[in-house]
Amino acid sequence: MQNDTDSRLRRVRGPVQPKRHNARTIAALTSNPGCARRGVCDAAGVDKDALAGRVGFPARFGQSQFAITRGNAFEAQVKANGCAELLTLLREVLHLDITEVGYTDLEEAGGNDSQDVRHAYSRRTLLAAAAGRDDAGTLFDHPLLRMDVAGNGVYLEPDLIAFQYAGIFHVIEIKSFAVIDGQADGGKVASAAIQSAVYVQALRTLLGSDDAVSSDIVLVCPKDFSNKPCATKVDVRKQLIVLQHQLNRLARIDALLDALPAGVTLDLAKDDAGQPVLSRAELVQALGCIEARYSPECLASCELAFFCRDEASGQTAALGKSVREELGGVETVATALGLAAGSLLPSDEQAEITALLRAASRIYRESVAAA
Amino acid sequence: MSAITSYARAVAVAEQAAQPIATVRHVHLADRPLVFVPLTLAGEANAPLAAMVGTSEDQPTLLVVPQPRDRDQRFAFAGELADLVVGYLNSCCGAADEIKGQVCYRAAPQLLVPNPAGIGFVKLFGRSTRFRSTTGPYAVTPHVPLLGRWLTWFAERAEHPGSANLLAMTELLSMHWATGQSAVEDANLAAQLGWISPPPGRTGPQAAREAEDPLRWPPAGPTTDPVFDNEILAPAIRSYSGTEPGSPGQARAVERLRHVLHGQLEPTWRLMWRGLAKLRELEPGASVEGRWINDRLRFTSFQEYVVNGGLPQARRDGAIAAARRLNRLERAQVEYDVARALDDPLVMANHRAAGEAFLGTVVEVERERRITNANGNSVTRPLVVLRTGDPVLIGRGAEVKAVSRQSQKAVVVSVDRQDDAVLVTLEMQSGFGRSKTPPPGSVPEDGETLVYTSVLSDSIPSPRLPDAEDTPWTHGGPPQPYVPSDDDATEVWE
Repeated sequence: MQNDTDSRLRRVRGPVQPKRHNARTIAALTSNPGCARRGVCDAAGVDKDALAGRVGFPARFGQSQFAITRGNAFEAQVKANGCAELLTLLREVLHLDITEVGYTDLEEAGGNDSQDVRHAYSRRTLLAAAAGRDDAGTLFDHPLLRMDVAGNGVYLEPDLIAFQYAGIFHVIEIKSFAVIDGQADGGKVASAAIQSAVYVQALRTLLGSDDAVSSDIVLVCPKDFSNKPCATKVDVRKQLIVLQHQLNRLARIDALLDALPAGVTLDLAKDDAGQPVLSRAELVQALGCIEARYSPECLASCELAFFCRDEASGQTAALGKSVREELGGVETVATALGLAAGSLLPSDEQAEITALLRAASRIYRESVAAA
Repeated sequence: MSAITSYARAVAVAEQAAQPIATVRHVHLADRPLVFVPLTLAGEANAPLAAMVGTSEDQPTLLVVPQPRDRDQRFAFAGELADLVVGYLNSCCGAADEIKGQVCYRAAPQLLVPNPAGIGFVKLFGRSTRFRSTTGPYAVTPHVPLLGRWLTWFAERAEHPGSANLLAMTELLSMHWATGQSAVEDANLAAQLGWISPPPGRTGPQAAREAEDPLRWPPAGPTTDPVFDNEILAPAIRSYSGTEPGSPGQARAVERLRHVLHGQLEPTWRLMWRGLAKLRELEPGASVEGRWINDRLRFTSFQEYVVNGGLPQARRDGAIAAARRLNRLERAQVEYDVARALDDPLVMANHRAAGEAFLGTVVEVERERRITNANGNSVTRPLVVLRTGDPVLIGRGAEVKAVSRQSQKAVVVSVDRQDDAVLVTLEMQSGFGRSKTPPPGSVPEDGETLVYTSVLSDSIPSPRLPDAEDTPWTHGGPPQPYVPSDDDATEVWE
C-alpha cells in the first residue's frame, strides 16, 4: 500500500529529485491544512518554487544575505568551543549544576550521508543516550529526524541541538531575532515555537516516548541590541496540540490522490534538448485539477500563493477570512452583491444571510448618500 | 472588520476602485507634518540603514549609514536625525494658549511613517538611544538621548487611540477607504494607494498588481527587498568597506550608496505625500479638533518635562502604572470609537448594520406622559415611537442617545418586530426642562428622522488601583524607581 502511494506520488512529481521538507514547511503546512493542492505538492516533494515560476507567478520569497550572515554568525558564536556559551545559558535556564557535558555531532554517520543511514545513526545514538540515564548531559548537534506528514514520511534536517540530561531531552532552537527588554517580535516567537514543536514531536516519535522529550523548549536569541545570547524557556504544549491535531486532520494523502483524475502530473523535468516536458498550459491545467484553499495568509508562506490568488480573484475568500464570514460565507463577490441587490434570488439556506446583506447594502448606500 | 466594510470591499472588487468607509477625516493633519521613511539592515536588531525625512515633499533630507554594522556610524545617524527632529519639535514651541488651565502650544508635532512597522522602528530606535550618555565612554552628542526620549514619547502616543502625533499611512488610509483586496495586501502602501488613487488609465486592481513589483515600487520599509539587498546593497557596502577613510574612492562609494538608497526610498516618499493629499481632500470630523488639543497638551507637558531634565522613560512599566495606562487606553479607544460614529454616518452605519444603532422616523409622540417614579413623585417622561428598517438588536432597558440630540438620554421601553419594519418605543429621560409640558422642540417631533445609538462612552468602569508603593507581591511588589546607570549608557549595540 505504501509502495503504491509512493509510486503515485512519484508520478505526480515526475522523474525529478523530491524537494525536502523542513520544520518551516511543516509548520506552514499546518497553517492551512485544508489545502489539497499544497498537501499533494508537499507530500510528492514537488518543487513549488520552480513550479510557481513555470506557471508565471514566481514566488517572492528571498532571504537577504545580511540576515543569513547574521543568523549564521550568531549560531556559530553560540556553538563555538563545544557550545561553551550555550552551556552557561542552559545551566541558568534549566537550573543545572553540572559542569561538563558531552557534545556529539550527528551530521556525519561514518562518512555516509544517505538520509536513511543518518537517521538510523541518530536514532541509535539518541536511544542509547535515553536508555543510559546517567546524570551527565550531552548535546546532540544536527540529529536527522523523521516525521509522518499526510501519510508520508519526511526527513527533517534541523540545525537544532537536542540536550539530554537525566534521560530527558530538551530541544534548543537558536534564532537571531533580538529579545529587547525581555520582549521579542510576537510573530517571530510564534513561528519559532511551532517549528520547535515540530522537532519535539519528531524527537518523541524517534524515541518512542512522549515523556522523554520536554515540552519546554529553550529559545536562544541575541539580547537587546547586542550579540550576547540569552535563553528563554518556551512552553510549546499548545503548539504540540495544534500540530498533532492538524497533522491528524490533514486528509490522508491517499484520499487526496484518489480524488485526482488519472495521470495528473506536475512534472518539471526537461527533455534531452533542455525543453520542459510539460508546457505552461499543461501545468496550469494539472494544478487546476488539485483543489486549493487560498487565503491571503498564504502569501506569506506558500510559494504557489500568487498563482492561487489569481485563480481565486472574485472569490470572497481572497479578501480574507473575516470578510468572507461577514459576507455570510457566500462563495463569490458577484453572488454576495447579487443577493444584496436583489438581482439574485436566495436559496432557502441563503435567506438569512441575504437579509443581512441587503441591510448592509441599504445602510451603506444611505450613509454614503447622507454625507 | 464589520459587515459594512466587508460589503464595501465587495463593492470595491466589482467597481475595481476603492470605496469610502468614512465621509469625514477622523484624524487631524498638521499643516507641517514630519514625514519619516526609515530603512533598516536585514537581520540586525533595528540597525538603521537609511531614512528620508522632511516637512516638504520637494525637500526631503536623505540620511544614510554607509556601514550599518558600525556602531559609531549608527550614532552619527542618530545625531543627524536628532538635529532634524529636535529642530522640528522646536518649531512647534511658538505661540501658546491656555486650555483647561494649562499652557498649551498652538502647534504640536506630527510624525508620519508608512506603516505599523515604521512605528515599531520609532519605538525601538527610541529605546536604543534614550539611555545614551553624553559623557564618558561611548559619548554621543546631546541631541541623541533627547531624540530617544522624544521617539519613545511618539511611540507611546501612537498606542493612544485617537492621538495624531505619530501615525502610519497604511492605517490612516484603511480607516477611510475599503479596497478590493485583503487587509494583508493593504499593508503594502503602494498597492493600497493603487486601489485608492490609481494613476490615470489604470483600474485599482491593475495599479495594485503593478505596485507589488519591488523593482518599481520598493517595499515601504523598514525592511528592504532581499533582492535589492543581495544584488545592489551588498556590493555597494562592500566597495565602501574596501576604501580608505577620507579617500576620493570612499567619497565615491558613499555617493553610490546614497544613490541606490535614494532609489529605494524616493517612491515611498512620493506615496506618503500622495496619501496625505488624498486624506486632505476630506473635511475633518467634528471631534477631530478636540483630540488634537489633547495631543497639543500632551506635547506641551512632555516638552516641559524634557526641558526640566526629566529622566528617560523606564524600560518596563511597573504593574500599577501598566494597569493604569491600559485602563486609559481602553477608555480612549471607546471614546474614540463613539466620537467617530457620532461624527460620521458611514461609521455609524457599522453600528446600524450590527443592530447597535438604528435610523428611524418618529411615528408617534406622547409628550405629556406623566409617571410615578421610584420616590413616589409624579414626573414627565415623554414616549417616542420610531419606525425603522434597520436590524435592531438593542434590548429593553438599554440606554440610547440620538446623534442629533446628544444631551438627551432615552431608554428603550419596547421593541416591536413587524413584517417589514421594527417599532422602537423610547422613554425620554432628560433634556426637556422641568415644566409639566415639555417645550416645543425639546422632544423629537412626529415625522422627524433620527439615528439612535446604544454605543455610548460613559459606561466604562475604572478599576480602583493601589498606589505604586502598595503594589502587591503577586505583581512583583513595589517597583524599584528607575535610576539611570552607566550600564544603560554603555549598552552594547553590535
